[in-house]
Amino acid sequence: MQPPAASRINSVSLSELRPGEPGPPAAEVKNEYEENAYAMNEGKRLYEWFNCVGCHAHGGGGMGPPLMDDKWLYGSQPDQVFKTIVEGRPNGMPSFRHKIPDYQVWQLAAYVRSMSGQAPFDAAPGRSDDMNTTKAEQAKGKEEPKSGTVPKSAEMPK
Amino acid sequence: MKTETETLAVVEEEEEEVAAEQEEGEEEEVREGDLPEEEERRLLEKTWGDDPGFWGWLTSTNHKSIGRRFIITAFVFFLLGGVLAVLMRVQLARPENTFLGPDIYNQIFTMHGTTMMFLFAIPVMGAFATYLVPLMIGTRNIAFPRLAAFSYWIYLFGGITLYAFFIMNIGPDQGWFSYVPLAGPEFSPGKRVDIWSQLINFTEISALATAVEVITTVFRLRAPGLSLHRIPIFVWAMLIMSFMVVFAMPAVMTSSLFLTLDRLVGTHFYNAAEGGDPLLWQHLFWFFGHPEVYIIFIPALGYVSSIVQTFSRRKVFGYTALVLSMIATGFIGFGLWVHHMFATGLPQLGSSFFTAASMMIAIPSGTQIFCWIATLWSGRPRFKTPLVFVIGFFFIFVAGGLTGVMQASVPVDLQLHDTFFVVAHFHYVLIGGAVFPLFGAFYYWFPKFTGRMLSEGLGKLNFWLLFVGFNLTFFPMHQLGLNGMPRRVYTYPPGTGWGNLNLVATIGGVVMTLGVLTFIANVLISRRRGRVAGDNPWGADTLEWSTSSPPPSYNFQRLPVVQGREPLWVRTEDAPVVEGLRVDCREVLVTRTLDAEPDNIMALPSPSIWPLMLALAVTPTFIGSIFTPWALPAGMLLAGGALIGWGWPKPRDERCERKRVEEMTDEERRKEAARAQ
Amino acid sequence: MKNEKCKIKNEKWKTSASSSGFHFSFFIFNFAFLQQSVLDPAGPQAARIGRLWWLMFYVEAGVFVLVGAAVLVAVFRKRKERKKSSDEPDTSPEPKRERRMTRVVTGGIIATVLILFVFLAGSFYTGRALYSTDDERALSIKVTGHQWWWDVEYDAVPASDTVRTANEIHVPVGRLVKLRLTSTDVIHSLWVPNLNGKKDLIPGHEIVLTFQADREGEFRGQCAEYCGYQHAHMGFKVVAEAPEKFYEWMNQQRAPAPEPANEAEARGREVFLKGPCVMCHSVRGTNAAGRVGPELTHLKSRTTIAAATLPNTRGHLAGWVTNSQEIKPGNNMPPVPLEPGELQALVAYLESLK
Repeated sequence: MQPPAASRINSVSLSELRPGEPGPPAAEVKNEYEENAYAMNEGKRLYEWFNCVGCHAHGGGGMGPPLMDDKWLYGSQPDQVFKTIVEGRPNGMPSFRHKIPDYQVWQLAAYVRSMSGQAPFDAAPGRSDDMNTTKAEQAKGKEEPKSGTVPKSAEMPK
Repeated sequence: MKTETETLAVVEEEEEEVAAEQEEGEEEEVREGDLPEEEERRLLEKTWGDDPGFWGWLTSTNHKSIGRRFIITAFVFFLLGGVLAVLMRVQLARPENTFLGPDIYNQIFTMHGTTMMFLFAIPVMGAFATYLVPLMIGTRNIAFPRLAAFSYWIYLFGGITLYAFFIMNIGPDQGWFSYVPLAGPEFSPGKRVDIWSQLINFTEISALATAVEVITTVFRLRAPGLSLHRIPIFVWAMLIMSFMVVFAMPAVMTSSLFLTLDRLVGTHFYNAAEGGDPLLWQHLFWFFGHPEVYIIFIPALGYVSSIVQTFSRRKVFGYTALVLSMIATGFIGFGLWVHHMFATGLPQLGSSFFTAASMMIAIPSGTQIFCWIATLWSGRPRFKTPLVFVIGFFFIFVAGGLTGVMQASVPVDLQLHDTFFVVAHFHYVLIGGAVFPLFGAFYYWFPKFTGRMLSEGLGKLNFWLLFVGFNLTFFPMHQLGLNGMPRRVYTYPPGTGWGNLNLVATIGGVVMTLGVLTFIANVLISRRRGRVAGDNPWGADTLEWSTSSPPPSYNFQRLPVVQGREPLWVRTEDAPVVEGLRVDCREVLVTRTLDAEPDNIMALPSPSIWPLMLALAVTPTFIGSIFTPWALPAGMLLAGGALIGWGWPKPRDERCERKRVEEMTDEERRKEAARAQ
Repeated sequence: MKNEKCKIKNEKWKTSASSSGFHFSFFIFNFAFLQQSVLDPAGPQAARIGRLWWLMFYVEAGVFVLVGAAVLVAVFRKRKERKKSSDEPDTSPEPKRERRMTRVVTGGIIATVLILFVFLAGSFYTGRALYSTDDERALSIKVTGHQWWWDVEYDAVPASDTVRTANEIHVPVGRLVKLRLTSTDVIHSLWVPNLNGKKDLIPGHEIVLTFQADREGEFRGQCAEYCGYQHAHMGFKVVAEAPEKFYEWMNQQRAPAPEPANEAEARGREVFLKGPCVMCHSVRGTNAAGRVGPELTHLKSRTTIAAATLPNTRGHLAGWVTNSQEIKPGNNMPPVPLEPGELQALVAYLESLK
C-alpha cells in the first residue's frame, strides 16, 4: 500500500514565508492509509511522540485548535491536512518540513482525520493504554466538516 | 420412587423371544424381544441410523459419526500445525535466516500454538470421548446428541474462520497467550487479535458442550452394573477432563471477552493507566492455561491405562490409586497457574505457595507411572504398536515431567522461563505425554473405528521415526535455553553459538515429519487393505470390544449388564442383558449415578439439521461482531430462529415420549403391566 | 585477540551458510557476540541458582535412569512359563505378589515426596538468598523497556546528574546493582543469564531485579518476553568493570556532547538538527531533546547499535540511518534518505559523540 505521491510538497521548499490560505479546492487525493488500521495506529503514536498533544491535546485542543470537532480552518481533505503539517500555519503551527518523512505525515493526516470520525470506524484506532480523556477514535461519530473562510487572524497582512 | 423401571426387564440372553403382541387401534410400540433377532437388528438400524444421503450426513446426531469427524478434522489441524512448525524450524535452522520475515514468522508461531492447543489437542480428546465413552459404558448414544453435533460444527467453522483469515495475511501475531498490552488495542491494531479471541469463543463453546455431554453420559447412561467404582480408567479420565473443562474454560472466555471489550468497546480491564491491570489477563489466562495442560494430559492417561491393561494381559495394578491420582491431578492442576508468572514480580511468599503446589503435582503423576510399571512388570507384555508407543511415552513424559519439577522452583524458573528450555519441556510433556499415547490410542482403536487393523510393520517404523525425530528436535532445545536463547524469536545473531543445535533440531523436525507421513500412509493403506479385525482383536476387556467393528449405529443389540471392573474378562457365559427398550424409538436406559441401577428410560432425539443451522447462525455473528456491533442483534435473531427450530417438537420424536406412570390412564397402566410380565 | 577469534568463527558461518543454500543476510552481521550461559555464572545470584540447578539435575538424572531401567526391565524381563495360555487375561492376580508390589509402589511414592521436599527446601533457601539482598549501597538504575530497545537511567543526587544511555548497562564489579524495571508500551523481560534470572518489565508496575557481577566482562542479555515484531532483535549488554573504570565512564557520560571538532562534524550536526533525527533522539548540549528513541549524547561510547543488533561502526551507522527497516523490519526508526555528502557528514558527527 502506498500513500499518495506528495513528495513535491515535502521535499521542495518554495519560500521561507508561508501563506495561511486554505489553498486551491481540495484535489480529492485519497489517502489509503485511512483504510489501514496499522497505518492509522502508527499515526496515533506519532501524534504522541512528536508532541502534537502539546497544543492540540487529545483532540480537544488547547494552545492549538481542537481536531475532533467539525471546524477545519484549512480544509479537511487529506492533502490539506498534509499541507498543514508540512508547511505549518500562522499563529503557532510550526512547519515540519524535512522533519517528518512523507509516509509518516500521511499516517498522521489519516489519524488526525479519524479524530473527528472522517476515517472508517473499523480501521480507526481503539482506546489507548493511557488516561483516556476522549472516546476512542473508532467510537467517535462522524462530524460533518465545515471548512469556511480563512479566519481574520490568519489572513495575510495586506 | 416408582417410575418406568418396573417396565424394564432384565432377562437372560438365552431366553426365548417373546412373540410380538398385536394391539388394535393406536400406533404400535415395538420393544426389544418383540421381533425375531434379524428383523430387530434391521429395525434398530432404521431407528438409530443416519438419514440417507448427504442430508443424512448433515443431520447426523450419532456419536460415532460426530466423533469420527471430530477426530479427522482435529488430525487435519494437527497436520496444518505441523506444517507451520516445520516452517519455523526451517527459519531457525540458521542464524539471521531470511526464509520468513518477522511478520509472517510471528503469525506462524501464534497459529502453531493456537492450532495445536485449541484446534487439535482439546478437540481430539473430546472426540475420542464422544466416540468411545458411550461404547465403553454400554449405551446407544451420547446424552444430548444434537449438542454434540453443534459442538462439532461450531468447532469446524471456528477453525476454518481462523485459517481463512490467516491465508488472507491477517492471522493473529500476538502469540497464542495473547499477553496484553501487546494484544490490546494500542499495540495490535487491526482485526488480527479479534479473530483470535473469537476463535477462543468458537472452540471453548465446542469444548464446553462436549464436556457437558460426557459428564451427563458417564453419570446417567451407564449400563446396569457399571457402578462408579467399576468404570474403566479411560472413562474416569474423560470424566475428570470434562470437569476440568467446565471449570477452566470460563476463565479464558472471560479474559478473551474482556480483551474484545477493551479492543472494540473501549473498556479498560487491562489498561494500567485507568485502573486496569495487564496482570489480570495473565491470571485469568493461566487459570485456564495451566489446567489446559492437564485437560490434554489426563485423557492420555486414560489411553495409556487401557493400552497397558490390554497388552500386559492383566488387570491394571492400583485402580483406586490411579483414579484418585487423576482426581488429585485435576484438583492440583487449578492451583499452580502462577508458575507461569514468576517473573512478574509477585510477592515471594505467594510464589512459594505455587512452587510447592507445582512440585506436589509430581506426586500423582509419579503414582500413575509407578502403577503402570507395576502392571507391566507382573503382566505378560505383548509388543504391539500401541504398547510400543506407550513405552515411548514413559521415557519422554518422565523426562518432561522432571524438567517441569525444575521449573516449579522460583529461582531456577527465573533462568529458564521463556527460553527454549521451556519449549523443550512442554513439548516433552505434551508430545510425550499426550501425542504419543494418542498415536498409541489410534493404533489401538483403529480396528474398532474401521473394522481393519493398522499395519504393525509401518506402525513400528512410525514409532521409531517419531521417537528419534522427536528427541533430535527437542532435546537440543534444553541446551539452547541454558545458553540463553529466548522463545518466540524469529531469528538470532550468528555469534551466539545457537546455530548448530538449531540445525540439529531442524533435522529432527524433518525426521518427525517422515514419522507422521508414515502414519498417514499406514492409515490410507490399512483402511482398504488392512487385516479384518473382528470384534475384539486385542482380547481387550472394555465393552466397546463386545460389539462388531465398526459398531452398528445402535452400538449394542442388547445393552449389556456389567459384572465387574473388566467387563469382557469377567463376563460369565450366562451374562444377563437389558431388554425392553423400544426398538422403533431412540430409547436409552438411564441409570443412577453411583450404583448404575436402572432409573428411567429416555428417548433421544432423532437426526436434526438445527445444530448445523445454529452453528451457521453463530458463525457470522462472531465474525461480524468484530466489524460492527449490529452483528449482535442480527445474530441474536438468527440464533433465536435456529433455537426455535431446534426446540420445535418433531412427530418422529413426540411419538416416543413415554408417559410417567402417574400420568397414565388406567387402561394404559394395565397394558404396561401386561407387557412387563 | 578476541576479535580475531570472532572473525574466524564468522568465516566458518559464511562457508557453511553458502554451502547449505540458505539465504541469510550474512554481510550485515559479521561480528560475533559474547556467549551467554546460565551455567557460567559471573555473580553470586547466578551462582546460587546454578548450584540449585545442578542439585536438581543430578538427582533427576538419577531418577530418570531408575525409572527408565524399571520400565525396560518390567517390559523385557524373562518370565516363567505360566500354565494358562499366554493370551488369557489375568483378572485375579496373586494377592501376595500384589501386596509386594503395593509396598514397592508406595516406597516409590514416598521417595518422590522426599526428593520433592529436598527440592522445595533448596528452592526456598535459594530464593531467600536471592531476594533478601537489600543493600543501601546498591547502585540504582531505572530500565525502561521500549519496542525494541532499552532505556537506561542511572539515578543520581542531584537529579540533574542522572545519566541516560541505551542498550548498555555499565556496572562496577563487586557492588550490588538494583534494576528498577518498567515499561511504557508492552511487557518485556530483562535477562542476563550469567548474572541472574529474568524479571518482566510491565507497564504500570515497577519490578526490582538485583544482581552483582563478581568479575569483569561483558555479558549479553536479551528480551525474553515476546514483545512484537522485533522481539528477536532486542538485545543489550551488561558491562562489568572495575569501580575506577566505572566512575570514569560515569563522569564521561555525565558530560554534554562534545562540540564538533571539524567542518564535516559541524555540517553533520546541522543535518542532525534540521532533519528528522531530532524528532525522536536527544543529544545533550544541543536542541535535540526527543525521548522517543535512544539517547545519542555518547553514542560512540557504546559498542553496538540497534539494541545490540549491529556493531557500532561507521558503515553500520550509515546503513542504519539510511534504511533501518531492511535490517530490523518494523522498528520505529523511519528510513532517512540523505544525499551522500549529508550522510557522510552526519555519520562523522555521530562518530564524534564519544
